[in-house]
Amino acid sequence: MSNELPFEQPLTELRNKIEELKRFTAEKGIDVSEEINHLEAKAAQLEEEIYSNLTPWQRLQIARHAKRPTTLDYINRIFTHFIEVHGDRLYGDDPAIVAGVAKLDGRPVTVVGHQKGKDTKENIARNFGMPHPEGYRKALRAMQQAHKFKRPIICFIDTPGAYPGKEAEERGQSEAIARNLQEMARFEVPIICIVTGEGGSGGALALGVGNHIYMLENAVYSVISPEGAASILWKDASLAQQAAEQMKITSYDLYQFGIVDKIIPEPRGGAHRNVDEQAQEIKKALLEGLKTLDQMDGPALTHHRFEKFKAIGQFGVALDEEQA
Amino acid sequence: MLKDLFSKRRKYATIPSEQAKKDIPEGLMTKCKSCGSITYSKELKKQLMVCSNCGFHFPLTAWERIEMTLDEGSFYQYDQELVSQNPLNFPEYMEKLEQDMKRTGLKEAVITGEGRIKGYPVVIGVMDSRFRMASMGSVVGEKLTRAIEQALEKRYPVIIFSASGGARMQEGVLSLMQMAKISAALNKLDQAGLLYISVLTNPTTGGVSASFASLGDYNLAEPGALIGFAGRRVIEQTIRQKLPDDFQTAEFLLKHGQLDQVVHRHELRDFLANLLEIHADHRQPAGAAKGGMQGEQ
Repeated sequence: MSNELPFEQPLTELRNKIEELKRFTAEKGIDVSEEINHLEAKAAQLEEEIYSNLTPWQRLQIARHAKRPTTLDYINRIFTHFIEVHGDRLYGDDPAIVAGVAKLDGRPVTVVGHQKGKDTKENIARNFGMPHPEGYRKALRAMQQAHKFKRPIICFIDTPGAYPGKEAEERGQSEAIARNLQEMARFEVPIICIVTGEGGSGGALALGVGNHIYMLENAVYSVISPEGAASILWKDASLAQQAAEQMKITSYDLYQFGIVDKIIPEPRGGAHRNVDEQAQEIKKALLEGLKTLDQMDGPALTHHRFEKFKAIGQFGVALDEEQA
Repeated sequence: MLKDLFSKRRKYATIPSEQAKKDIPEGLMTKCKSCGSITYSKELKKQLMVCSNCGFHFPLTAWERIEMTLDEGSFYQYDQELVSQNPLNFPEYMEKLEQDMKRTGLKEAVITGEGRIKGYPVVIGVMDSRFRMASMGSVVGEKLTRAIEQALEKRYPVIIFSASGGARMQEGVLSLMQMAKISAALNKLDQAGLLYISVLTNPTTGGVSASFASLGDYNLAEPGALIGFAGRRVIEQTIRQKLPDDFQTAEFLLKHGQLDQVVHRHELRDFLANLLEIHADHRQPAGAAKGGMQGEQ
């Protein structure tokens, strides 16, 4: 099974054994139900052990899972009437970001998100969800329209990061990200951002300045990938696992820091195990969130967003007698 | 034999004797990192730390920058008491901070405050790359945000001299969020119709380049400054090609439409003063806009 992650292997083996015994029972007519019951209890226990104690590294594997649902998977399940818009009107259309209008329970909203592929071919077309400047500018265009037509903005975040390429630099990757950060602070409509998979650094944050920020339980959000951190800090990318533990990248960590407002639970084993169920959980969170934010008018929403980000950070005060 | 014509002559490198070394006091001369020419440090300082041979702009300390930019004695510092903590319990982070504090006399990687340029009041932020490569953590984010809020209150223009390796990894996602925090503050400044000038100096990369440093009403840079989002090595590894030598230099960015001007350090103060003059409130009677100026220099 290609779906399975290394740490899930013992469970899969046990499950296979149970299947084998069941088949044996059916074929030979010998009753081994006692053994089967025993093993099933053991499997349940093992499942509990594995999934209730996921390490940050294991969550990262789930967040990056090849079968992890993508933004379009969620859009198709959560919204109706989705109409995709293309292009930044300046240079091109970036397939690594999707944007459009849709209805959420009958209410018009603007939706933008990073888009990874479902297989290698699509991933190459989508550039593995790593946007170029035109992707961010397309997202900005869609969000400016949301501001104009007074509809909420929903952002789905799932990217390893902004693309580190020659053309991306030439066309102003820095400026594109920076512009989104500034403009997102301005829109007088509710903005809800959901990290569904990988929240990779500035490339993620460029769709991340929301009134509310939610994370799926196994999603990660970090300033740099654990591989990058290990290679820069310890000059050794193989220490990525250690970096993942150190960097505090899980939904629980970000909730503790006061960055994330809500952790959206995932089906046992990860969102890919039941995409419909996951989509419903997200929809529920969105509807609840909008209900709260609807109580604020435009200026109150931008004020709320500014105050949210202003409060993020940790520092101390050291008084010094000599400096003037 | 023909071979004998080419006698082996060994060359020995000459190492100056201990005595000779002592003859030149430490720091009297400075060698240019670009062309290798040697200048009297005093002369170099007079040249605002620009190599008179090749024009290389030496990196400046934050205090040197403040001194050469603002009117003498006009600087008043904000929030100098803010210091970093260790939110991720990152190994050796506190030790490294302490080392840099001792080495630089700074408490963090940015100095903020207010002062005057040829009489025009400004709020100023200056990053110092000697301190943790001027990486942006919670303190840098908080100090710049507060400085921008001061500018909003006083209706002063803001000038930020950036120089940074990017977000500070030891503070993890908290440092990432500082990008949004400062940019949101700059949005307020923008909406209030106030001027923001970003001066990008060597090097301005990563999260700083991808936030406040790129958001100026005017984006200026010093010649030769390295400016970019992703690191050169990362890009080369990703696209598997060599990049041109001038890639991500100030001149490269100017060519690609990302900067308004590349300004030589010798002209920078005048340049800034001109911009401030243009953006001063000209509806008031002549002279009043500069209120309480200290005389032109």
